[in-house]
Amino acid sequence: MNDFDSIPDWIAAACLLVGAFLCLTAGLGVLRFPDVLSRMHAGTKPQVMGVLLIMIGGAIRLTGWSATWMLLLVAAFQLITAPVNAHMVSRIAYRRRHVRRDLLVVDELVDAQRGAELRAGQEGMSGDQPADAPEHTRAEDDGRRPSPRDLDDALPD
Amino acid sequence: MSGALRFRHQLPVLTWLVLVWILLWGTWSWANLLSGILVAVLVTNVLPLPAVIGGARVHPLPLLVLAFWFIKDLVVSSAQVAWQAIRPSGMQQGAIVAVQLRTDSDLLLTLIAEALTLVPGSIVLDLDRPRRTLGVHLLHVDDDEDVQRQKAGVLTMEDRVVRAFGTKEDIARLDQEIPVEDLAPGSDGPEVRR
Repeated sequence: MNDFDSIPDWIAAACLLVGAFLCLTAGLGVLRFPDVLSRMHAGTKPQVMGVLLIMIGGAIRLTGWSATWMLLLVAAFQLITAPVNAHMVSRIAYRRRHVRRDLLVVDELVDAQRGAELRAGQEGMSGDQPADAPEHTRAEDDGRRPSPRDLDDALPD
Repeated sequence: MSGALRFRHQLPVLTWLVLVWILLWGTWSWANLLSGILVAVLVTNVLPLPAVIGGARVHPLPLLVLAFWFIKDLVVSSAQVAWQAIRPSGMQQGAIVAVQLRTDSDLLLTLIAEALTLVPGSIVLDLDRPRRTLGVHLLHVDDDEDVQRQKAGVLTMEDRVVRAFGTKEDIARLDQEIPVEDLAPGSDGPEVRR
């Protein structure tokens, strides 16, 4: 085993293996978790950590600085973009009420005023309400705060 | 906005773009630097973004503290999520909580939201800017007590980020109770002039 004669090689191998394993669990999580919001957790934490470890392993093993810089960029952009992506998908899923409410201990967003605003227009309108929507559609929601039960009932299955 | 001020707001973006350009080429040379500046100026002019008002300071020591906890949290939370993904019983119960932050800066709120989504078992669903309130989904909670503990964790993260990147005023705000002005339902607060 000529390739495995130094400690850095072993470290690189360990990083690559653990990283690959974490990416596998990310995939499993996306498959096994029950709703969009929890799937997004699998898509961020083990996924980012896995990519970081693979980048570290690659940086140790590959020769030449130019490869290292590229790996550094991949890692940096993974750290910057993964949360944004997860946030956007979860936000849309929440607004579209793609949430398994039976699995939630508490949903403070629904109780909050913002919750009513967020989920404005459950009847007739589905999804997001644009900020420049006509006044009358906004006024209808005032004084009426939907409970999670209401929202689920309003959802066509 | 005057030309000089505009340039000062653009400078961090330009520097970042040039850095990315040079890293992509992988080698340092004057040609890369010059072409990088050219591309950066082109990109910022063709695809302009609103300037980040306020800016950030970097405090080295708190930044190290933040980095240490960030890496530790990242390791712990990926291990937790990985375990939940492979264990036979799967995922149990989560929660959606609203946490009011003390910070009132666009840039810091962005950093806090990014960091929160990456680390302690949470994903930011919504940010109510005028009320400085984050809507956060927690992947795993045991009971109400655990919910409170994780909400406190969100504030701890805010604390670390602000101490690492905030201005003096931002850091001072951490120790004060600042009430959010009453806003009409559905209001997005006063218009911010850019």
